[in-house]
Amino acid sequence: MSAAAEERNARAPWALTAPALMLFVGVLLIPLAMTVMLSFHDWGQYKGIEPVFILKNWHEIATDPYYAEMFWRTFRIAVLTTLLTAVLGAPEAYILNRMSGRWKSFFLLVILGPLLISVVARTLGWALLFGGNNGLVNKLLMSAGLIRFPIPFMFTETGMVIALAHVMMPFMVLSVWAALQRLNPQIENAAMSLGAGPVTIIRRIIMPQIMPGVLSGAIIVFSLSASAFATPAIIGGRRLKVAATLAYDEFLNTLNWPLGAAVATLLLVALVLIVVGSNALIERRYAEVFR
Amino acid sequence: MSRNGPLALIFHTIFVIVMVAPILVVCLVAFTPEGFLSLPTNGFSLRWFRAIANYPEFVHAFWVSLGLGALSSFVALLFAVPAALAIARYRFRGRDALAALFLSPLMIPHVVLGIAFLRFFTSAGLGGSFAALIIAHVIIVFPFALRLTLAAATGMDLSVEMAAVSLGAGGWTLFRRVTLPLILPGVISGWALAFIQSFDDLTMTVFLAAPGTETLPVRMFLYIQDNIDPLVTSVSACVIAITMTALILLDRFYGLDRVLAGKGDTGR
Repeated sequence: MSAAAEERNARAPWALTAPALMLFVGVLLIPLAMTVMLSFHDWGQYKGIEPVFILKNWHEIATDPYYAEMFWRTFRIAVLTTLLTAVLGAPEAYILNRMSGRWKSFFLLVILGPLLISVVARTLGWALLFGGNNGLVNKLLMSAGLIRFPIPFMFTETGMVIALAHVMMPFMVLSVWAALQRLNPQIENAAMSLGAGPVTIIRRIIMPQIMPGVLSGAIIVFSLSASAFATPAIIGGRRLKVAATLAYDEFLNTLNWPLGAAVATLLLVALVLIVVGSNALIERRYAEVFR
Repeated sequence: MSRNGPLALIFHTIFVIVMVAPILVVCLVAFTPEGFLSLPTNGFSLRWFRAIANYPEFVHAFWVSLGLGALSSFVALLFAVPAALAIARYRFRGRDALAALFLSPLMIPHVVLGIAFLRFFTSAGLGGSFAALIIAHVIIVFPFALRLTLAAATGMDLSVEMAAVSLGAGGWTLFRRVTLPLILPGVISGWALAFIQSFDDLTMTVFLAAPGTETLPVRMFLYIQDNIDPLVTSVSACVIAITMTALILLDRFYGLDRVLAGKGDTGR
């Protein structure tokens, strides 16, 4: 290859990516940096935003128990949602994987399809199903004799976790499904031929092998649930605030942008730390699977 | 391979019912003949679908969403196709970092993006404008456009291009007559997936939309905040029908498992 061609070859990838790179620096990195800066600005009811450097907003978040409670609620809801999707989604992915061709692709479409359907529509469905004390879910549970008094679902964390788990479920099924595709079915047969029962096979053979899939699904579900907006806003109502709905309130109702920016920055930093940290842990623990 | 036992099938049945129930109930309630929320127990009626026409905000929001989705997905591809070709074909320093940057909108919570864009566009004097919505949506749909284009570009047979070059094709002709047609299925699927993502986004858009530039999810969300009535279920039913159509087309054209698998990975 001539020297000129080689030089052109070295420049080509940069020429091709330059427009996208400029777009991302200009319209993604700069706005994000501006948001972090905004969280250090001052704000007053009458004076508006003042571009000074103070720690007022961060101090308020750190000391006011209202924010501690709100972040703790956000975290709790995200953890419970993640557990629920893992406990139900992993067995479902396993069952799906054992189905025969046509049924498998049909049910995969049914379960993964909702991923692309508007979150507002899906959450509206839960609001209709929960609907007060005589909603469909309560009627069904009571007629089945499972409960004697209606459970309040609307405007409660229980309802938020159920609706969020439904919204996030496809991510978990997808992730476990991907792990199952790497699994060699002969190992299962080998274990059976050596006299292992179904429980032993699931506990000793299947579980360890799909665990990386469950964990990477859990990371996706956790980070999306912790920053979810539509479902907590519709099911939780105006009183049960989570990080995303609180930031929305500060920006569009109270108009205290610097405080809202601080909440958003904290959410972003916490999520990045949790996701990067647990990714590193999983990759170290299951290094052989990711090779 | 062993079959599923009866217990597994019962679990599976309940699981599927619960997954489908909320979507189904929205579509059913939309057909109620009553003036209040109820399942259509005595006959189906289209009155709430006709009622949409009397609520111009929803109709307007629908056109905003449609235009926004189509346009932002197209603009995203203008940036994503060359970037995908570079990432697929060249090994250069900073390649992995660039790929990570281009996929980063998948990792950043949309509420944070919404706030960042609101701050940015307000400072730039573009607050609440359609142009601001387009630019913001280009960023959030970019990863989807990039990933599917990247998959197509990686799987492409380079010898076809070399043949074209040896026959004297160069630059633009090479791209337009050889490369683009070969990666076109990936590009179109990328556009469709990007469109769906843009069409459905609420969390980021709710920060940017002003009266007049409200998208359909934003209008629906604000409506639900005030009250839930059959009108919003009929609008939702329409949205579900549109998405399902796009989904089935995407499945036929490209394979839904391929589109969805690897959501969030680095595209290789």
